[in-house]
Amino acid sequence: MRKVAVIAVGYTKVSEHWNLSIRELFTEAALMALNEANIDQIDALYIGNMFSGYCQHQEHLGVLMADYIGLKSPPAVKIEAAGASGGMALREGVQAVASGLHDLVVVGGVEKMTDVLSPDITSALAMATDQEYEAFIGATFVALNAMVKRAYQHKYGVSDELIATLPVHCHEMASKNPYAQHPFKITVEQVLSSPFIAEPLRLLECSPVGDGAAVLMLCPLEKAKNFTDAPIEIAGMGAATDTIALYQRDDLTTFKATIEAAEIAYKMAHIKPDDVDVAEIHDAFSITGIISLEDLGFFEKGKAAEAVSEGQIAPGGKVAVNTFGGLKARGHPVGATGVYQAVEVVKQLRGDAGKNQVDGAEIGLTQNVGGVGGTVTVHIFRRLG
Amino acid sequence: MSVPRHWREIPKRYRLIGSKCSNCGRTYFPPRNVCRECGTTKLEEVKLSETGRIITWSVVHEPPRGFERYVPYVIAIVELDDGTRLMSQITDCEPEELQIGTRVHAVFRKIREEGESGIIYYGYKFKPIK
Amino acid sequence: MTKEAGIIGYGAYIPIYRIKAQEIARMWGNNNGHVPIMEKAVAGIDEDLVTIAVEAAKYAIRRAKIDPREIGAVYVGTESKPYAVKPSGTIVAEAIGATPLVVTADFEFACKAGTEAFHACMDHVLAGRMKYAMAIGADTAQGRPGDQLEYTAASGGAAFIFTKKSDKTLAYCEGAVSFVTDTPDFWRRAHEHYPMHAERFTGKPAYFHHIVSSVKTLMETTGLRPSDFKYAVFHQPNAKFPVKVAKMLGFTLDQIKPGLLSPEIGNCYAGSSLVGFAATLDVANPDDRILLASYGSGAGSDAFSFVVQDTILEKRNPIPSVRSLISERKYIDYSMYVKFRGKIRA
Repeated sequence: MRKVAVIAVGYTKVSEHWNLSIRELFTEAALMALNEANIDQIDALYIGNMFSGYCQHQEHLGVLMADYIGLKSPPAVKIEAAGASGGMALREGVQAVASGLHDLVVVGGVEKMTDVLSPDITSALAMATDQEYEAFIGATFVALNAMVKRAYQHKYGVSDELIATLPVHCHEMASKNPYAQHPFKITVEQVLSSPFIAEPLRLLECSPVGDGAAVLMLCPLEKAKNFTDAPIEIAGMGAATDTIALYQRDDLTTFKATIEAAEIAYKMAHIKPDDVDVAEIHDAFSITGIISLEDLGFFEKGKAAEAVSEGQIAPGGKVAVNTFGGLKARGHPVGATGVYQAVEVVKQLRGDAGKNQVDGAEIGLTQNVGGVGGTVTVHIFRRLG
Repeated sequence: MSVPRHWREIPKRYRLIGSKCSNCGRTYFPPRNVCRECGTTKLEEVKLSETGRIITWSVVHEPPRGFERYVPYVIAIVELDDGTRLMSQITDCEPEELQIGTRVHAVFRKIREEGESGIIYYGYKFKPIK
Repeated sequence: MTKEAGIIGYGAYIPIYRIKAQEIARMWGNNNGHVPIMEKAVAGIDEDLVTIAVEAAKYAIRRAKIDPREIGAVYVGTESKPYAVKPSGTIVAEAIGATPLVVTADFEFACKAGTEAFHACMDHVLAGRMKYAMAIGADTAQGRPGDQLEYTAASGGAAFIFTKKSDKTLAYCEGAVSFVTDTPDFWRRAHEHYPMHAERFTGKPAYFHHIVSSVKTLMETTGLRPSDFKYAVFHQPNAKFPVKVAKMLGFTLDQIKPGLLSPEIGNCYAGSSLVGFAATLDVANPDDRILLASYGSGAGSDAFSFVVQDTILEKRNPIPSVRSLISERKYIDYSMYVKFRGKIRA
């Protein structure tokens, strides 16, 4: 297998882009990456997206995007794995380059959620669950995660106040990120006084609905210097699945797929959790982030929220997490999120992270979750010495 | 939602029909053809228990399409007395009455309706045992 | 060969929600505090005729301790069909596990639709056509907002499983009468939400004339007198009518007391006399004789004489009694009531 590097990135601000269609949104991010690498033709396009069928009645998304960014007939395909669509698209892209099949690959993620009304987005999100035996009876995606929060708090006795410190941290980070959807600070009091979406999860514990697109350009590591002075190696990756239905799990307080995907990725990269300098984790909800911090091996079970409250995930702490705001504050354009995470880690490792730059960051990690832990991808990135 | 999609699930939704592995004894809802536990394909249909307890629950305030008139409503993971777990609405209760471990029993209720002219989807819900 | 049909199981179901009649009066201010009952049972937002019928039927099967696949007929007597076209009986039969070798139909005869199904079920089992036959009377009755009917139109129902009389049946029927004329005292035209009624015309020429006639005919054909009955149950559109008709026929308050539920749950139409009958069976002892007289607008009355058997004593637990179903209740106000009953659109 060949080693693979990221040679360019592109992204849009995450926002309610009322004036941009899904193709325009993606084009903006893709052209940014193509221009950075100074490339106008590629070998293949993999695009993470979950809702184009539901929200735009548009499938066959790969070819639409390839056409509109001016590519000449490359294979192009949409990759869908709910919230992990972006992470899975990246995995496909890496496999294509590592195998020797393709040299220049664009991995994109795009989601345009604001074309439909709130109950439709609630229904669309529920497509990530077991449609006939969870969504059918009115279980929303937020409600499933809320059940995880209740089970977790019941088992570990962790307070709402402590769990609320994660969204507060993410907003703090986003306040210095110009492309974040919600670049403002919030307090624990504000989190705890916001209305319930699905008890016990409150509005300010849930990632917002927004539009966005992000792009990575991949090539074999040995050819990366032809395109950039600062290639970032994809040093490890893992993906794993669990039951799609939450109720089929024996333990509701951990995502087994995160543990398994991380183990594979750490092994491939020859690192331990302690070696990670920066991490972008999947905090679609406060509790999802807390559990992920534990399942990735950064903190013991039941201890992550306390660690967050002590500043251990801030830049300069044990591991700098969600330095661009995470899903909560950068935003969560669902199928694009996994690609945004990779873009952000690449920026950190290049030393290009602006006001939230982590000094000397060498190793970064992304964790992208689909459904309530049904699919998890973990990627590990390394700055070349 | 479509009529055939609901129709083929009716026995499960109306009567809690699951499946049981003849090898390791694990039960599933809905029925499946391969046992997750031991991998065998020797599963047979069983009528599941109609009583159980709440494992965890949530109260939905932002509904999906079709559930607008029911909010707020309670959704829970229920572990039946035969060990099978399923997702269910909990009806005829106030959220304050519920705890992890609350005993519940199955009832037959309307899940939702396809507007005023479409079909009515019925199925199981659970309610607290007094 | 026995010529009598018996009941092997019965079950009632009453939704837990109640609205006080005074709360309805508060809304419409047209009654000077005089209300026809105390409170009525209201179906929850996820309940309808079908769900009520299923719950009652499941209790009946548990009490009967029979295999539901042996039930040859499921008849649902009601005027609250969720579908104008599509039998409620199919949904009920499927939910209780009686499908597919079963006869089902929805019976419609206003408040006597359930007892009408009694006649059919008893004839089925006596003909040897099937082992068991189930008759259900249930409704989620609707009254036009502000109309007198709104005080009483309630939700509830009961199911009875018939078979040939044996030592397994808990009561048997020794006489049955149906008395019917064309008397338009109450009706609902197709596509209308709420029924119309002819006010006081629903009394003397309708309710009283038909019940008195059916019961008197029953007495004549069986040679029984009111004093031969331990209990009597009459259709209960309000708290007054059943008491008055009992008196007219020579029955005492004590005889009708266990089955007189309208003050507490209202008039659940096709379920009304049947829930009263179930509550009476809950307290009856072997050899007690029970009169059941329904009334259906339009109009007609069915009268039956049932004799309780020894098996009743072993069929009481653990099925909840009608009394315990009535005692589980949550009060709702008028605004919650209109939401539950679909009187506002969301």
